[in-house]
Amino acid sequence: MRSHRQLPCGRSHHAYRGLLMLSRLLNNRNVLGMLFMAPAVLLLVVFLTYPLGLGVWLGFTDTKIGGEGSFIGLDNYSYLLGDSLAQLSLFNTLFYTITASILKFVLGLWLAILLNKNLPLKSFFRAIVLLPWIVPTALSALAFWWMYDSQFSVISWALMKMGLIDHYIDFLGEPWLARISTVVANVWRGIPFVAISLLAGLQTISPSLYEAAAIDGAKPWQQFRYVTLPLLTPIIAVVMTFSVLFTFTDFQLIYVLTRGGPLNATHLMATLSFQRAIPGGSLGEGAALATYMIPFLLAAIMFSYFGLQRRGWQQGGDK
Amino acid sequence: MTKLTRRNFLAASASVAAASTVATTNAFAAPAAPAATSAGLKFDIEKGATLRVLRWKRFVQGDEDLWNANVKKFTEKTGVAVRTDSEGWEDLRPKAAVAANVGSGPDIVMSWFDDPQQYPTKLIDLTDLATSLGSRLGGWYDVCRKYGTKDGKWIALPVGVVGNALVYRESQLKAAGFDAVPKDTAGFLKMCQALKAKNTPVGFALGKAVGDANNWAHWLLWSHGGKLVDKKGAVAINSPETRAALEYAKQLYATFIPGTLSWQDPSNNKAYLDGQISMTANGISVYYAAKNSTDPKMQEMAKDTQHAHFPIGPAGKPTELMQITQMMIFKHTKFPNAAKAFVQFMFEPEQYNPWMEASIGYVSQSLKAYEKNAIWTSDPKATVYRDSAALMIDHGHEGPLGQASAACMADYVVVDMVAEAASGSKTVQQAIDRAADRAKRFYKA
Repeated sequence: MRSHRQLPCGRSHHAYRGLLMLSRLLNNRNVLGMLFMAPAVLLLVVFLTYPLGLGVWLGFTDTKIGGEGSFIGLDNYSYLLGDSLAQLSLFNTLFYTITASILKFVLGLWLAILLNKNLPLKSFFRAIVLLPWIVPTALSALAFWWMYDSQFSVISWALMKMGLIDHYIDFLGEPWLARISTVVANVWRGIPFVAISLLAGLQTISPSLYEAAAIDGAKPWQQFRYVTLPLLTPIIAVVMTFSVLFTFTDFQLIYVLTRGGPLNATHLMATLSFQRAIPGGSLGEGAALATYMIPFLLAAIMFSYFGLQRRGWQQGGDK
Repeated sequence: MTKLTRRNFLAASASVAAASTVATTNAFAAPAAPAATSAGLKFDIEKGATLRVLRWKRFVQGDEDLWNANVKKFTEKTGVAVRTDSEGWEDLRPKAAVAANVGSGPDIVMSWFDDPQQYPTKLIDLTDLATSLGSRLGGWYDVCRKYGTKDGKWIALPVGVVGNALVYRESQLKAAGFDAVPKDTAGFLKMCQALKAKNTPVGFALGKAVGDANNWAHWLLWSHGGKLVDKKGAVAINSPETRAALEYAKQLYATFIPGTLSWQDPSNNKAYLDGQISMTANGISVYYAAKNSTDPKMQEMAKDTQHAHFPIGPAGKPTELMQITQMMIFKHTKFPNAAKAFVQFMFEPEQYNPWMEASIGYVSQSLKAYEKNAIWTSDPKATVYRDSAALMIDHGHEGPLGQASAACMADYVVVDMVAEAASGSKTVQQAIDRAADRAKRFYKA
């Protein structure tokens, strides 16, 4: 049998050269790298870049849902700047994000440190702590909805039975009480993520460092301040960045609990954006409101990235 | 909007009833219900036609069962296979809008309010069908005509109205010194104050309750002669009438059970069924939840429950808002005749009567002849809901229906205004100014 190398005709010669090229390409690490990345890039472009780009573009148009809009420049943005409801939603979002994130950080870190100690049934507790994070938000939000109900709240009921209050607490009916109640629900749900991630970070810290610190006479607080915290900072930066992003863009919890009420006191930018865009049909305006969230999200990322991750003392430069 | 008082409505319905006394052979319908008629339009159904229908997810099981039975009958009769998809009622609007503008998807959509008015050019002209049905079945109510027509052409056929009425505990009203709900707003306020004094407060939703809050907040505004926009769609909320409505709202709110600012659609049902409030406004579902319960306490509550129309305010006429649902056929359908035949079929007495009965009064008729259906009289407590379409005003009142009216309602412009003023979180004038600013944005075009 003749091998294809010996084929006399030109066509086969071309085919051979083609195959050779292909085999060389497939052995090229750069080409292979690109090839392997292509599906991921395609997914990111189709499901992330395109929708984001489209969303930003819609913000510059007066598109109604299902309809075709025309370019209106910054009209949506300038209107939203003066819109009292949009301003209120920005305030609500900042309040919600800042208070919830601080509480989640403090309580999460505390929980992580507790779980890092040699407790009996350690594994059981570590597993159970994750429950609030595992339960679907819509479900836990419904549970909170009942707990906060102005007529059926189990919290109010228990306090009444104990004789501590004489009427049901209107958790979601008073603007400030509603803001605080939604923050509490968000904190309850978000703590496990922070706690378990920080626990993972704590476990990477070598016990010998604590021993050395103890020999040097460091008290527990000093150990925490000078050993735990510096070594945990990179993890904290990442965890809190994610936590802030999740909180800032929260939707489900608010949508189930209040839909933005009472008196729009819990309307976040995400929920107002949905209300304007989908039930209200003003897709352009809703998209603009959603786009307004991007600078805040970028700022949060930058803050944690540059502020926390690149501190000099982290590289041992702190004296 | 035609001026309609309760008295001339009753007179009109009596004359319609007299005019439409026709014998019936329908096994399902009540004796006085309109008869099956073969005088409907004949449609030349396309060969191999199939239809996709998108509708809202049922509120009562009977609705879905009878709907499906009717669809099956249509398929058996015509050979046209029909697939029905249902979506949560709040999700239907965006889906219908996308189907309209993308030009594919369901052939027929049963949607809400002024959806058809948002894309009239995408819809098939149903004037012939509407005229035929109207002339055979007692005529359409005025509000149905406004929702279903655009520039004199029918673009959708209103299927029915999900009625809204006052639901109250008769014994508690009597204990407060009232035999019935007063017919005027001044008397109504006194009644609410008396109920509060007896520690049996009323409760009306002021949170983000799509149906319940919008319904009663619009009634409140309109009952005092206030309106969001004038006939041309210019914002007209800043008026002495609105101020009067909001001053009234403040007094009324003082009689409410605490917590109504956070109430969503299910909240008033729960509070009423738990015996915490003496009165609220709702569809017939609260009553049926009690009536169909096996709990003797609930049975007692059902016996004690009565329904009434909202009182008439300084405007001097009924000013109620309810949910209207319409069927529309998209131009992108490949089988327009089959679609029209289907819509006609569903409106015919043999299908419509049993469907309305199975919906146990949750949906009331859009064609006057169906006032005679036994569902409205077999249980006298359902009768109030019969008048829904006759009393209802469209939510765009007094202006045109379309994207702006839809957006204002979705953005809770009126509800927020009432809630802000009633709760005292804003002064009456501040609440009006905020509502005006928001409404101007939507009505700018």
